[in-house]
Parts: sequence; structure tokens; C-alpha cells
Amino acid sequence: MNTVPSKGNETIPDSGARHILEMKGICKYFGGVHALEDVDFELYPNEVLALVGDNGAGKSTLIKIIAGVYTPDRGEIYIDGKKVEIHSPLYARALGIETVYQELALVETRNVADNFFLGREPTKDRFGVWVDKRKITEMTVSTLKKLAITIPSLKTAVRYLSGGQRQALAVGRAIPWGGRIIIMDEPTAALGVEESVKVLDLVGQLKKQGASVIIISHNLVHVFDVADRIFVLRGGKRVGWRLKPETNGDEIVKLITGAELL
Amino acid sequence: MKMTGQEMEQKSEVAAKIIRNRPERLLHIASGLIRRSQAITLLLILIALGAFLSIHTRTFLTPTNIFNILRAFSWIAISAFGQSMVIIGGGIDLSCGSIMAFSGIITAMFLAHELGVIISVVAGLGLGVFLGYVNGMLISKAKLPPFIATLGMMSIARGFSYGLTGGWPIRSLPKDFLFLGQKDVPILLWKIPLPVILMVALAIISFIFLNNTRYGYHIYAVGGNEFSASLAGINIHRIKVMMYILSGFLTAIGGILMTSRLGVAAPTAALGYELDIIAAAVIGGISLRGGEGNLWGALIGAAIMQVLRNGLVLTGFPAYWQPSAIGVVIIVAVMLDQLKKR
Repeated sequence: MNTVPSKGNETIPDSGARHILEMKGICKYFGGVHALEDVDFELYPNEVLALVGDNGAGKSTLIKIIAGVYTPDRGEIYIDGKKVEIHSPLYARALGIETVYQELALVETRNVADNFFLGREPTKDRFGVWVDKRKITEMTVSTLKKLAITIPSLKTAVRYLSGGQRQALAVGRAIPWGGRIIIMDEPTAALGVEESVKVLDLVGQLKKQGASVIIISHNLVHVFDVADRIFVLRGGKRVGWRLKPETNGDEIVKLITGAELL
Repeated sequence: MKMTGQEMEQKSEVAAKIIRNRPERLLHIASGLIRRSQAITLLLILIALGAFLSIHTRTFLTPTNIFNILRAFSWIAISAFGQSMVIIGGGIDLSCGSIMAFSGIITAMFLAHELGVIISVVAGLGLGVFLGYVNGMLISKAKLPPFIATLGMMSIARGFSYGLTGGWPIRSLPKDFLFLGQKDVPILLWKIPLPVILMVALAIISFIFLNNTRYGYHIYAVGGNEFSASLAGINIHRIKVMMYILSGFLTAIGGILMTSRLGVAAPTAALGYELDIIAAAVIGGISLRGGEGNLWGALIGAAIMQVLRNGLVLTGFPAYWQPSAIGVVIIVAVMLDQLKKR
């Protein structure tokens, strides 16, 4: 078989209860295409897990299942050992899962502050009708300041922001909600060197606060910078994972491409 | 005090930066102001138009004429508020003219059966809500393009209007119904027509709804980027159905006011009004791409069209040419809008 057996039990005990998130036998098809085939996945509390793989390996599909955007065609998901069905992005958030999508998921016609609170605008009344505009402004300002993200004005429509500013906004707005699992799909793709460092710092901060982070990146330098563990997918299948100290870039590249098998 | 070379260099660099950035900043601020105050720009155009007509005609600036203008576009404007919500939400509602006529006819038929003004008006409004709901379901659940779904509804509602009346207008409506569209309410120095008061009240309510409630925020979000809105957990189906219901409801209010004002419910009423209503929104700077625009724009857009019509009549322009003039206004308004966005 062309799968590499995963290392596991010696380094981190593999008892179900210790997983903050566990997925078993996940399958997802789009038409006739097998995006994911029988994938097992586990995430430990307070770890940074890098999810790597070539284009079309199924990384984005996997995290979209966790985020509630897609429902798997087969397979089970457990959070804290309890079986869940994440049927919507809203429910994923309720479970403490925050996601930064590769597509950023911003509304270009709306301003920075409104995008920051997109879909969860704070309200002044019990029924959740009247938007608390002051709170939106205040919380956006304070969060952006805390994260050292500089954006010209909160009233600027996102359309007028640069790619880097948009990405910083997309990352920044996932932070202040106290999520336990934070998923970042290519968070440094559009960023310059300096901004990338900021985002990677942020990942470290999130870990310090006790969250678990799943980060997808094509940049192995970034991966080795922040990750505790590296999980490899290839062609919609689980290849295996490595602890960072026990592996190197060459091995990961081999796992991603399957080159060693030639 | 002497500055070291390095300090001087730093200072001049800062100065250069400020100078370099100044025109850019000014431009940024100016374009921001224009963008934000689109409704104000339109208002200035409207005032200029009014000033021109006041000078060149003796009859324009009389209370009677002004209130006639206001009343004449009140039902168009009221329906345009609903249309604006739909367009901001990324859709379009072509069925509004037909729903206007149909809701007026249903109200008139109820009145003809002597069911009382309140029940009859509620029936007309209920019809608007129902047809809006059907539009919304066709678009959000059956995934029809808004243009197609509402085009079909436009024809269906018009067909019902003809079919139920046999093509004959319903006349002799009771007085306590006619009062809705014909009553003038004395406020300060003037007698203001009731439809005009309703128009202003509904403009304020609709504006607050769009700008201060979560539903309004979500309409803007869905129109701006539907996919992002859904990833953010917004229930886009519910938002879409809601905005078509509101369009149907506001259109029915317009239809009932129109019927009351004219004193007759004709199956041919409001023929082609959907284009005036969409034009009001578009002139008002509400982008057909969705996600952008301000409800006051639609009100002013409707006013500009009616003032122009009125002005063309008062200046003795042959009435047959009016549509061409309106067409030019639509194109120029959208062109200005495009230029501003560059």
C-alpha cells in the first residue's frame, strides 16, 4: 500500500477522551470525485497542527467539514469524545470552532467594522434586533489594536483594502471569540514577510491562551515555524503525521508527493 | 540649536512624506465624502431642478403643485423602498407593478362585498405578503434567478387581475376607503396628503430597519457576497424570503393608496410601474450588483423622476417625449455613479 503508517501511541497517548476533536472514516464526494476517502483525523488540546498536502489533497474539504460548511457523506465527528453533527457554520461556532477561510469570506461592499462582526452583530435588546453600533466600533478598534493590525479606517469598505489588509482582517476577526479550535486555511497566502510573521506570532499567542489551531499552509518554513505536529493528506487520503522535532522538510515533502515510493 | 545630520535627514524625510501624502489624502477624503453623501448629491440635483422650474414657470412652486407631485410619486416611492431592499439584497422584483394592481383589486373586491375597510385593506396587504413569499421561495428554495421568478409572477398577478375582474374596473368604492388616498391632513401651514405622510413615515421606518437592525445588516451582507454571508452563519434563505415579503408588503400599501386615490381598481393599473420603481432605486444610487446603496436615494430618485415629468408638462414639452427624458436621466445617473466609483 502507498500509505505510510502513522506514528502515534508512543508519543501521545491515543485515548479518545484526550482528543478535543476526532474524526473517523470521513468520506466526501463531489459528483464522482472522491475529495476525501476514509480519513481519520485527531486534534489534541492546546496543539498547533499543520495540515499539509498538494493541491487537491482534500485539506480545504476537511476543514470545511469541521467548520460546518460541508457535511460528510460518511464518517463520524467527536468533540471532547462526544459525537456531534456539525450541520452549519453557526453550530460550529457554538461548539467553539472559529475558521479563517482561504476565500477570506469577507463582504467587499461592507466596511471593516461590519465585516469584523459579520453574522454575529452585537445587539442592544433581548430579541437580537437592534445592532449595537458603538460596541461594534469599540470591539473592532480594540481587537485590531491588540493584534497590531493597521487598517486605515473602520468605515472603509473592504473592497478598498489591499490583499494583505483583507487577510489580516479575516484572521483578526476569528480571534476574540474565545474559540477552542481555530482553523486557518492559508492565512499567510497573500501576506508579505512582515505580515506573515505577525500572523504566525498570533498562532503562538492563541496556543498560549489554550486554544488548538489547525493551520493549512503550502509554506513549509511557516509550517515548521509554528506547528507541533504535521498531518499529511494526499489524494483525499490520510498519509500520516509526524511530530515536528522528529521530522524534517525532506520527509514531509516526500510524504506530500509520495516521491519515496518511486 | 544644531541638529545632527541624521536628525535633519529624518525631519526632512517626514516633511516629504507629509507633502507627498497630502494630495492623496485630500483626494481620499473628498472621494469618501462624495461616496458617503450620494443621497446629498442627488438632493442637490433635485433642488437645482426645482430652482430652475421655480424660476421658469409660475406654477411649479405652489403648494398645490408640490403636493400633487409628492402624492403622484408616493406609491411609486413606497414600493421602491421594498424594491431597494431586494436590490440591496442582490435580487430584483419585476412583479411589483402587477402586485400593486392585484392588491388594489383584491381590496376593492372585498369592499364591494361590504366586508369593511379594515378587513379589505388587510386582505390587500396579505395578498402582497403572500405573493412576496412565493417570490422568495421560488428564488431561495427552487433556486430560480430573481429575474425569472419575478417575471413569471408579474405575468401571473396581472393575469389574475384581468381574470378576476373580467377586464372591468371596479368603481364606486366607499367613501371611508377613498379617504386613505384623498385625505389632506393639516400640518402647520399646509394640508399634506395622507399618502405623502405615509411615504415619509415608511421611508424612515425602512431606513431604520436597513441600517440599525440585524436583518438590515444581513440584507446588505447577502447582497454584497452571498457566499461569505453564508460562511458567516447568516441564514441566506430566510433573508431572501424576508426581503421579497417586504417588497410585496410595501408594494401592496402602494397599490391600495393608488386605488384609493384614483377611486377605481383597474386591472390595467400600474402597468409598467415596475420599471419606474426600479428606475427610482437605480437613480438613487442603489447598485444592481447588490450590497450597496441608501434608501433615501430611492426616495429622491422617485422625486427626481416626478419633478422632471411635472417640469416637462409645465414648460410645455410634448408629453410623448417624457419617457426619453426619463431614460436619459437613468443613464446619466448610473454613469455618474460609475465615475465616482473609479
